[in-house]
Amino acid sequence: MMDFLQYDFARQAMLAGVLVSIACGVVGTYVVVKRIVFISGSMAHIAYGGIGLGYFLGINPIWGAFAFTALSAWGIGFINYRAGQKEDTIIGIMWAASMALGIILIQMSAGYTADLMSYLFGNILTVPREDLIFTGVLDIIILLVVYCFFEEFRAVAFDEEFARTVGVNTEKIYLLLLFLIAMTVVVMIRAVGVILVIALLTIPPTIAAQYTSSISRMMLISVLLGSIFTVGGLWLSFYLDLASGATMVLLAVAGFFISLALRGIKNRRLMVVEERNNFYENG
Amino acid sequence: MEKETTAVEIKNLWVKINGRSILEDVNLKIKEKDFLGIIGPNGGGKTTLLKVIAGLIKPYRGEIRVMGEDRIRPGYIGYVPQYAYFDYEFPITVEEVVLSGRLKHKKGRRFSAADYRIAHDKLKQVEMYSFRKRQIGELSGGERQRVLVARALAVEPKILLLDEPTASADKGFVADFYELLCELNREMTIILVSHDITAVSRYVKTLACMNRTLYYNEDKILTYELMEKVYPCPVDLIAHGIPHRVLMPHEGVVGER
Ligand SMILES: Nc1ncnc2c1ncn2[C@@H]1O[C@H](COP(=O)(O)OP(=O)(O)OP(=O)(O)O)[C@@H](O)[C@H]1O
Ligand SMILES: [Mg+2]
Repeated sequence: MMDFLQYDFARQAMLAGVLVSIACGVVGTYVVVKRIVFISGSMAHIAYGGIGLGYFLGINPIWGAFAFTALSAWGIGFINYRAGQKEDTIIGIMWAASMALGIILIQMSAGYTADLMSYLFGNILTVPREDLIFTGVLDIIILLVVYCFFEEFRAVAFDEEFARTVGVNTEKIYLLLLFLIAMTVVVMIRAVGVILVIALLTIPPTIAAQYTSSISRMMLISVLLGSIFTVGGLWLSFYLDLASGATMVLLAVAGFFISLALRGIKNRRLMVVEERNNFYENG
Repeated sequence: MEKETTAVEIKNLWVKINGRSILEDVNLKIKEKDFLGIIGPNGGGKTTLLKVIAGLIKPYRGEIRVMGEDRIRPGYIGYVPQYAYFDYEFPITVEEVVLSGRLKHKKGRRFSAADYRIAHDKLKQVEMYSFRKRQIGELSGGERQRVLVARALAVEPKILLLDEPTASADKGFVADFYELLCELNREMTIILVSHDITAVSRYVKTLACMNRTLYYNEDKILTYELMEKVYPCPVDLIAHGIPHRVLMPHEGVVGER
């Protein structure tokens, strides 16, 4: 670990991992409890169209990704309240269309194919300092918004209909949540890539949910777990010479199964204790 | 006595869902502190009517006024849904669910001590106070229903809308629950949808039948003709405390299926 930390780029990558984990743990908690994993995944892939546009126009692809996901957040929010049951079909079409557009645009601006992989699978080691600042600012925005609207977010995620009857503007709150997801997805693309965003967004909160029934504690545990997975994955990938994003995700998946197993053991032990109690009571 | 005001006024209300009309020409005028019971067959549109009053469904045509205003003000309505559509695994406690009834009353970011006090009072009223730290999924169906009643009461509404609140309640609680409603009725208007005609006709002040449109005659008398219009099958009926058996020939099925 020590010699790994000597490198400037390694320290910077670790910082990036922790910063991404903050956004991802807080926003991911809402994604998991409101069950909008599909929507979040689609936003990550829709970002690819923006990356393509960025290459095509010769600007930082992150800005293109940002524009595309923000636009898709707005579109998804609109569809949710207007289109009824066909919501997921339309989102699926947007997902496919944007990815296809991205591929064509990148092909038309040839010469960048090597870098392309880093957007699909991420490369936290090449995250530039300005993206780090961008992530930090985003963390602050997310924490502030969640701090201010904590009760509203919880009410809308839990029972939108009732929240509406007490006068909460549920459409606005939901749209705000979608924008937070959009921004989180964009900063995550650098670290783990379009394809792996969903894993890092949902695995830590899913593990956390097994241990608490409080949203704020779920967020805290998710941020800690996310940091362990990103920093740990980075370190592993460095020594084993593997792709960093994929290693992080596999570490998270391993964490998920370990937590499932631990819980299984704990439940079984509880059952044994209960059985024993029953035995003593009846005998 | 203070002057009588109108709690809910509905004129020529039509509701369409996917082009199919669900409510047709509904007219209703409920005085403040009234206790209206609505009965009717499945699919008659009772839930839809409550949702329109709660501001959840926009009418296709017609006019609706709540407490004399045509815009529904938050804090006027306490809504108890027929089915809870939320996720039972959601990380939220009973207390937090009830507190969500205080959302528009809270000043600033968090709930105040007063909001907590009100939430606790309402939980005690439905005998669920000792469950307040439980996760919402760790309750039985009847217990969950009581929590939803407490949540609606926490709004401290002027009008309480109840959509079959006793559907999964046990006998003991049903009696207590209607006593509670009568007590609450001194403070607020209540609209109750129920299939329990016996209980409804014993406790409510006015009664209406719903089957696409609303049959309503300003008092509690359920006439033979009214029932015939609304129900396709014979029903046990108690009006004014005297049990009647309303028998109708089965072949003459009224109302579309
Ligand atoms: N979202 C919807 N989409 C299409 N049709 C609907 C929808 N909601 C209700 N309906 C239709 O509207 C009609 C009235 O439904 P509603 O739920 O208001 O009935 P109800 O009187 O509450 O019935 P129940 O006694 O079964 O609760 C039914 O025919 C139903 O099929
Ligand atoms: Mg109903």
